[in-house]
Amino acid sequence: MYQTTYHRASSVDEAASLFAKSSEAKFLAGGQTLLPVMKQRLASPSDVIDLAKIKDMIGVEASGDTLTIKAATPHYDVATSDAAKKAIPALAYLASLIGDPAVRYRGTIGGSIANNDPAADYPAALLALDATVKTNKRSIAASDFFKGLFTTALEDGEIVTAVSFPVPAKAGYSKMPHPASRFALTGVFVAQTKSGEVRVAATGASQNGVMRVSAIEAALKTNWSPAAIDSVSIPASGLLADIHGTAEYRANLVKVMAQRAVAAAG
Amino acid sequence: MGVEGIGARVVRKEDKRFITGKGRYVDDIKLTGMTHAYFIRSPHAHAKVKGIDSSAALKMPGVVAVLTGKQLVDDKVGNLICGWAITSKDGSPMKMGAWPAMAPETVRFVGQAVAVVIAESKNLARDAAEAVVVDYEELPAVADMQAAIKAGAPQLHPEAPGNQVYDWVIGDEGATDAAFSKAANVVKLDVTNNRLAPNAMEPRAAIADYDAAEEHFTLYTTSQNPHVARLVLSAFYNIAPEHKLRVIAPDVGGGFGSKIFIYPEEMVALWASKKVGRPVKWTGDRTEAFLTDAHGRDHVTHAEMAFDTSNKIIGLKVKTYANFGAYMSLFSSSVPTYLYATLLSGQYNIPAIHAEVIGVYTNTTPVDAYRGAGRPEASYLIERLMETAARQLNVDPAELRRTNFITQFPHQTPVIMAYDTGDFNASLDAAMKAIDYAGFAARKAQAKSQGKLRGIGVSCYIEACGIAPSKAVGSLGAGVGLWESAEVRVNPVGTIEILTGSHSHGQGHETTFCQLVADRLGVPISQVSIVHGDTDKVQFGMGTYGSRSAAVGLTAILKAMEKMESKAKKIAAHALEASEADIVIENGEFKVTGTDKAIALPMVALAAYTAHNLPDGMEPGLKESAFYDPTNFTFPAGAYICELEVDPGTGKTSFINFVAADDFGRLINPMIVEGQVHGGLAQGIGQALLEHAIYDANGQPVTASFMDYAMPRADDLPSFNLSHTTTLCPGNPLGIKGCGEAGAIGASAAVINAITDAIGKNNLEMPATPDRVWRTIHAA
Repeated sequence: MYQTTYHRASSVDEAASLFAKSSEAKFLAGGQTLLPVMKQRLASPSDVIDLAKIKDMIGVEASGDTLTIKAATPHYDVATSDAAKKAIPALAYLASLIGDPAVRYRGTIGGSIANNDPAADYPAALLALDATVKTNKRSIAASDFFKGLFTTALEDGEIVTAVSFPVPAKAGYSKMPHPASRFALTGVFVAQTKSGEVRVAATGASQNGVMRVSAIEAALKTNWSPAAIDSVSIPASGLLADIHGTAEYRANLVKVMAQRAVAAAG
Repeated sequence: MGVEGIGARVVRKEDKRFITGKGRYVDDIKLTGMTHAYFIRSPHAHAKVKGIDSSAALKMPGVVAVLTGKQLVDDKVGNLICGWAITSKDGSPMKMGAWPAMAPETVRFVGQAVAVVIAESKNLARDAAEAVVVDYEELPAVADMQAAIKAGAPQLHPEAPGNQVYDWVIGDEGATDAAFSKAANVVKLDVTNNRLAPNAMEPRAAIADYDAAEEHFTLYTTSQNPHVARLVLSAFYNIAPEHKLRVIAPDVGGGFGSKIFIYPEEMVALWASKKVGRPVKWTGDRTEAFLTDAHGRDHVTHAEMAFDTSNKIIGLKVKTYANFGAYMSLFSSSVPTYLYATLLSGQYNIPAIHAEVIGVYTNTTPVDAYRGAGRPEASYLIERLMETAARQLNVDPAELRRTNFITQFPHQTPVIMAYDTGDFNASLDAAMKAIDYAGFAARKAQAKSQGKLRGIGVSCYIEACGIAPSKAVGSLGAGVGLWESAEVRVNPVGTIEILTGSHSHGQGHETTFCQLVADRLGVPISQVSIVHGDTDKVQFGMGTYGSRSAAVGLTAILKAMEKMESKAKKIAAHALEASEADIVIENGEFKVTGTDKAIALPMVALAAYTAHNLPDGMEPGLKESAFYDPTNFTFPAGAYICELEVDPGTGKTSFINFVAADDFGRLINPMIVEGQVHGGLAQGIGQALLEHAIYDANGQPVTASFMDYAMPRADDLPSFNLSHTTTLCPGNPLGIKGCGEAGAIGASAAVINAITDAIGKNNLEMPATPDRVWRTIHAA
């Protein structure tokens, strides 16, 4: 790791102002990506501004038809949150599958979506649930937030403060974990909104990061059942391929994980 | 006997310090004036080093020196050696290129060091390393073994044309051909034994401390065999004569073979310490471990097995290509030859065997012994062949094995080994009973009704351990003897120190070795301490590998104990005015049998050291040593059966049951033995399902971190169902066979046999990742 200056912000405003004063600052949440990258000397921020101890950024709240997860809430807290389990059990379940226990105790939803790893779990939930990303400047619809590999709509210095999820009628998540990293080799989140819209999002599959799967959405719109997906064909082109999964395998996983997510959603 | 004697499940003495963070590993050691080394490593798989400009780095804060491969050669530091000479079938010696500890001219794998920065801290050294400019001229590289042996392939070493190290044969080719000509059935199989990265929990580390006044070096290092390290460093590398070099291997966090070898880093640290006049510390990180710790396995094999009309094996032909990486590591040459092909008879009567092994250089990390070393490759091949044969011959796989089991001992195989004892039917019986083999068909049908593909796989392994008789290994090309030594010191107050040439890096010697003493003397193990891992304390030893520490190392302790007890009995008899023949040792006392006369061990010890009243002519003191050289290898064997389900939608494997019935001879501490089996099985299953060290076509490692290299985790593994069937090893007085490698040797074939049974397709390479299994299921 190179020399850097560490700041522990006590408020979102303080974090933003520290950022503005630094030459090449990075925000630190759970540190599950930034710290390994810094240790490998692949990142050399002048300043590291820690958001994880800002009280206003931690917590899970349900209110009416909305579940709000504040950005610095660790995955473990979401996985074990009564509010989350009651409002959107599939989301709590997704959080329980992220990485391993050490990752879940540290990693946060804000850090995960701001990093937008193409195999991260949360982006699938945000996209399928039509969530809204709250920042210190604005609100961004999930479908506008994710912009491809490791790219988001966030502007320089903009801080994710919370994510709010409309409570769906039904939702389910199914994931084939990457055997080494435990990211999603492919994970699929399916949701049926209270207004009857069907949204399906896959992570770990596309070369462009998290994606909606319109063919499966159409099939489920007609018939919300695993069997409805049997006849859907997912093309392998444009899908990720690496030593742990060919593009064809991932195409298969999109379908199989979607079927299992639907089965889990009931 | 007693609660802490042989056979007792004694809790490990050493664990208190390990689990409370009080272990003392190399990186925990800090010496006054210590500097830190950071190696500059090649990013290319093959390149000329045209120049190294360290001028900017030398001006940076805290930099003490930047040393290069050229300086190392100029100082006449020796090249790394390979300690086992193999002769090709044409009579020529193996062909090896030179391996300097830092490359002066040519780098041949990604991660090979070209220079080292010595600085006041590791971070400063790393900062300066980034300022060192190395001018590389890239050369064509070859990482794939089959590509490396083709005409026109990039050549690694001028000494080894065609990238071939040797072409070695074993067995009787004529007799084998004759057997095949009479065969009723021939079973053919191509298998790849995947390359593995060892990944001990503690990365390698070294601290070298040169004392200019004494012209003496001390090396703290992560070694499984510190005396062998000193021998090699002294005899071959011109570092220092043995009496001027102390090697200390303190607590070492796992080795699995990867810490047997002498690596460039400790040689460079020693040399650099003298050059800069200060202690030099190097601690590798995980990336360096992936790039530079010797890898394991990496074979490609074609095999054919001939059967007669009654399904008896009549012949076996094997041709194996073994990847050695870019250089020949210390024992690498022996692994695919004498540690592999000599086990190709497995548990079976095979009258004729012929095997050919071709060793190949590639632009990859050197390959050497890794848990099992050659024997997992042999066992995997034979047990995959047996399964394939059972399917082809349409007989039950367990039954086919029984038809061919060796049942008479001793048994001379056609490939050197003379099995001393065993009961292969007993271990297979135990495993089949434990897994309810008879009920499998019903369970498979039940699983099928739930959309799951269930399979069962048998693996009956044998290994040659307790490595072993010096005369035998010497005749096969080993550069060292493989005996072990021990010393028993009874202190004047009756406490006991055992000095051993074995080295514990996770095996629990500090407990098991004490149990032998407790067993013989009836003293609590708290009265006994084990001293190991320091060439200044222990006179000599060959270290720990090849499941040898109990069979060889503990027997050496037994021999020293017997000498010590004999003297102590004389002292006791003299004190008790009894005949030496009437003295028995019980509960820490020397008793006159049949009487109530006794003298406690501390009083005997005190008498030995005060020497006020010893038998006439007896030397004072109570300390004895012994060297023990066994007459044969030991032959642990067993049967593993795995039952699992494959999810046809994802190709994912889920274990239902995994049973292991091992014959390790006598068990000293069954709990520690179970731990050894658990760890070995985890590594065997890891190889079968998860682990694979991969290079791209240009020799760039693809799996150089845990984000890509899949190490098995607890939730990847089943709960193991272990049992033991016992035939005592006749080759050593304790009847021990060794248990350290069995799991890694036997597990892989059981898993792959079970998956291929489940999916109904025989050809499936390791690691059987979900992707690979799914594609195999759906392949045309």
